[in-house]
Amino acid sequence: MEINFTHHQSAHCENGVVSNLMKHNGFNVSEPMVFGIGSGLLYCYLPFLKVNHAPAITYRAMPGAIFKRFAKRVGVKIQHEKFKSPAKAKARLDQNLKNNNPVGLQVGVYNLVYFPDEYRFHFNAHNLVVYGKEGDHYLISDPVMETVTTLTEKQLEKVRFAKGALAPKGHIYYPKAFPEKLDLEKAIIKGIKHTCKDMLAPVPIIGVKGIKMVARLIRKWPKKHGVKKANHYLGQIVRMQEEIGTGGGGFRYIFAAFLQESSKILKNEKLAELSEEMTVIGDLWRDFALDASRIYRNRKAKMDAYNDVASQLETIADKERAFFKTLRKAV
Amino acid sequence: MKKRDVPQDKSNLESTQSKELCYAVNEKGEYTTAHSSGWEPKTIALDNAIAEINARIENARQNVIRNKTSPLAYYMEVHKMDVPILASYVGMWQWRVKRHFKPKVFAKLSNKILQKYADVFEITIEELKEIKHGD
Repeated sequence: MEINFTHHQSAHCENGVVSNLMKHNGFNVSEPMVFGIGSGLLYCYLPFLKVNHAPAITYRAMPGAIFKRFAKRVGVKIQHEKFKSPAKAKARLDQNLKNNNPVGLQVGVYNLVYFPDEYRFHFNAHNLVVYGKEGDHYLISDPVMETVTTLTEKQLEKVRFAKGALAPKGHIYYPKAFPEKLDLEKAIIKGIKHTCKDMLAPVPIIGVKGIKMVARLIRKWPKKHGVKKANHYLGQIVRMQEEIGTGGGGFRYIFAAFLQESSKILKNEKLAELSEEMTVIGDLWRDFALDASRIYRNRKAKMDAYNDVASQLETIADKERAFFKTLRKAV
Repeated sequence: MKKRDVPQDKSNLESTQSKELCYAVNEKGEYTTAHSSGWEPKTIALDNAIAEINARIENARQNVIRNKTSPLAYYMEVHKMDVPILASYVGMWQWRVKRHFKPKVFAKLSNKILQKYADVFEITIEELKEIKHGD
């Protein structure tokens, strides 16, 4: 059985799943709209969470949060379910497909066989849509892939029941009730206010302050840990920032696209100006990634090089602080 | 980022003939999407991470050969896991998994427990006890 589902590629998996499921149900909501209304943009330094033996940094809201906030703000009801038993999880999936209902699944990346090997790490908060089944194969629309793909029953069970941090536990979700018309105006303002609050939070590891903290740490790393480890940490920052088209620069561009779209919906010229400003900040994030990658490519980097990229990050933090303060006043 | 600046560098995405989607600005200043085949700084960072992992695998392999650790530690690295991840896959406490890294303790493990590890790594118990020393 195959549901008539249109696959649209997206830059980020959670936005993509939400946008694609909404489009399937007749609401044309773009990926940036989902990201902005769901307040996806965030910066948080998580020293206690190690990814590949280096401290983690997240550039986005907690997995699931974007969909939850988006749904609440536009008035869509979502059905969520988690399972202990793989058999029950499969039965619920099959039942939905039989009812002609494509569903979102949270899955682990490590066993997603259609990804290049190098991209397969133990990360459990990837999202995809299942839109049908042919024999032993589930039809998969993974929003970060250019085209649709398939997984066998066994392969799908493995990724749905991946273990470790953020284990998906067969998590299945789909929108089940919609308002007559989406009230985007109010939702956009709520989304923007929330993001401003997050980015300007008076907490040392979150938002602009978190960026400053990482900048300070980068200055200390080579002395504290030696060049080898400092390089590994720096490489890890770039990876978490730029993997699969999102992260530092990528998310800023999606946010800028959201502001541009919102400027038309709210008829607010200031948002269009701020969109341009955010694009400039996104470019600065990319410059930072480029310079950081040069450091660990020429292993014998000088101390100055670390100080240089740290200063770049501080400049970004200052610009973002000013940006989000202005944005808060603009809506 | 301007649409014409969207990077088209070589990357590991080539193996799947897939491209990433990103958001960029066109000549009129409007946001649009574009495909990217990869970006060098990102590829360098990823290669760097893979090199780290390979070094850890080799280190674990040497330790198994010198009987300093059990093959479990080696297979854990091969599967890009760490102790918390491996422990949650086999459903045991972390300290227990760490204990099983001791060759002496490992040698006395029951087949039932060995099977749990073998299932996670998708190998047989015989393979679990031996690592390939040659290559």
